Amino acid sequence: MRAWKFGNDVNTDLITPGRYTITTDKTKLGKIAFIEHRPEFAREVKAGDIIVAGENFGCGSSREHAPVAIKAAGVSAVLAKSFARIFFRNAINIGLPLFVCEEVDRIDDGDLVEINFETGQIRDKTKDMVLKAKPLPKFIQKIVEKGGLVNFLRSEGYV
Amino acid sequence: MGLTITEKILANASRKSEVASGDVVIADVDIVMAHDSTAPLAVEGLYKIGKKVFDPDKIVIVFDHFFPAPSVDAARLHQKVRNFVTEQKIPNFFTDGVCHQILVEKFVSPGNVIVGADSHTCTEGAVGAFSTGLGSTDIAGAMATGKCWFKIPESLEFNLSGSPEKGVYAKDVILNIIGQVGADGALYKAAEFTGDYVKNASVSSRLTLCNMAVEMGAKNGIIEADEKTRNFLGREGKIFESDKDAVYEDEYEIQVDTIGPQVACPPTVDNVKPVTSVEGEKIDQAYIGTCTNGRSEDIEIATKILKGKRIAENVRLLVIPASTKIYLDTFGKGYLQEIIKSGGIICNPGCGPCVGRHEGVLAEGETCISTQNRNFSGRMGHPKAEIYLASPATVAASALAGEIVDPRGYV
Ligand code: SF4
Repeated sequence: MRAWKFGNDVNTDLITPGRYTITTDKTKLGKIAFIEHRPEFAREVKAGDIIVAGENFGCGSSREHAPVAIKAAGVSAVLAKSFARIFFRNAINIGLPLFVCEEVDRIDDGDLVEINFETGQIRDKTKDMVLKAKPLPKFIQKIVEKGGLVNFLRSEGYV
Repeated sequence: MGLTITEKILANASRKSEVASGDVVIADVDIVMAHDSTAPLAVEGLYKIGKKVFDPDKIVIVFDHFFPAPSVDAARLHQKVRNFVTEQKIPNFFTDGVCHQILVEKFVSPGNVIVGADSHTCTEGAVGAFSTGLGSTDIAGAMATGKCWFKIPESLEFNLSGSPEKGVYAKDVILNIIGQVGADGALYKAAEFTGDYVKNASVSSRLTLCNMAVEMGAKNGIIEADEKTRNFLGREGKIFESDKDAVYEDEYEIQVDTIGPQVACPPTVDNVKPVTSVEGEKIDQAYIGTCTNGRSEDIEIATKILKGKRIAENVRLLVIPASTKIYLDTFGKGYLQEIIKSGGIICNPGCGPCVGRHEGVLAEGETCISTQNRNFSGRMGHPKAEIYLASPATVAASALAGEIVDPRGYV
């Protein structure tokens, strides 16, 4: 799957500018992912592609439109050195897989990358190298395993 | 081992005698807030869960991000949320100000746990509450259950001492801090503000400090409540104090008397410079308002600078009180009339152009100086418009000059 490389502190206004988020329509949101920051992204992204970013990915607003747009665009996972707090929760809650990995600098834009969602092993096929993601905290793993917050609340008997 | 205010509030809300950073707790929440931009997705989340809200009295819905509706799409979202409010019999529905200001004026008490579908929900920590921003699905979960999970954050202490020189305000102090620590300098952490500067500061200034905690990545900003807080709120609540031996991951000592007026330059909030280094930068728009700096104190500071003068010909000046209460207060004191006479435009209480959805968006190549908290590309209109963040004094003085100026020559 193609890696789309981004820098540090990619904020939610770059992912989904506020002026475009007066909607909850997932298809529309998928089309506006990075619309101004990287206009070719939504046009060329293929189902299964991954985003690779630096520190503090998703900082800024609490808008869930940001991870929803990324997921709706077809992205299968986001790999970053660190994530902003609200974006992290939002992505987990809606079932967009995230991986924290210190070594993402070794991956370049356009590399073919495969992730083993179970083990967190990341294989860069272009460079023939293997990287490892940090495991998520146990509590969060449970939410991920259930496929998001709504299912988690149900299965744990909260609702 | 001692505990911080944040740890004590979260322990109390999850009925634990002690907690340590890193623990995951499930806490009862006192207030769950969503606004017109985030409520639509939260409503969809709640419908998916298939339950009613846990307690209609504890839900607060505010239309502020694009109210009155600027487009059919916006009106449709408003309609959807209004239907939800009616059907769930939620009594706390407002259209008269920015959500954080409404919460502080009407609901928050010291010791509360507050979750809001807005990243600047950290603002409300200024009155001694644990208050944090979440996304819409988390908010839907909290609306359904009255509970929310939190990882107990490590705390950072920002010890602020001294008194600022004339023309320097809480906004300059917090911009300076963010410039020092960076956009992820407090990632996942509680930012606690202490010291004699904070003790002496008005509640309005304390709100400005906590409002921008998220701009350094913090989970919450927090300030110990005191008599001043109780007088401001008119509510008692429960005051928690950090123990003398509370553990902070890091402590920052900041002398506010060494800080001059600051600006955050485009396109990131941590790109902070002394105003003197950007003096002369031409502006097209100046905006005073928002949850950061739209209170009476801020409008008073601006009025004193603008009174009897005329803003530069090429500049639009927008002044938006953060709530109707502030609107009436500043109108009663004659401030708004002076601003209008100086060439300013007053809009209805709410977010205004802060997030670029209506009234006051920028064209390509335009520059705005604003009292808001974010200057990201595309935030206020065209992605090639530039936003500088500054105090109300710097914004008002710059509106007169038509370019960014040091406000110390104007106060
Ligand atoms: S005033 Fe600006 S920062 Fe504050 S809640 Fe509204 S849009 Fe967000």
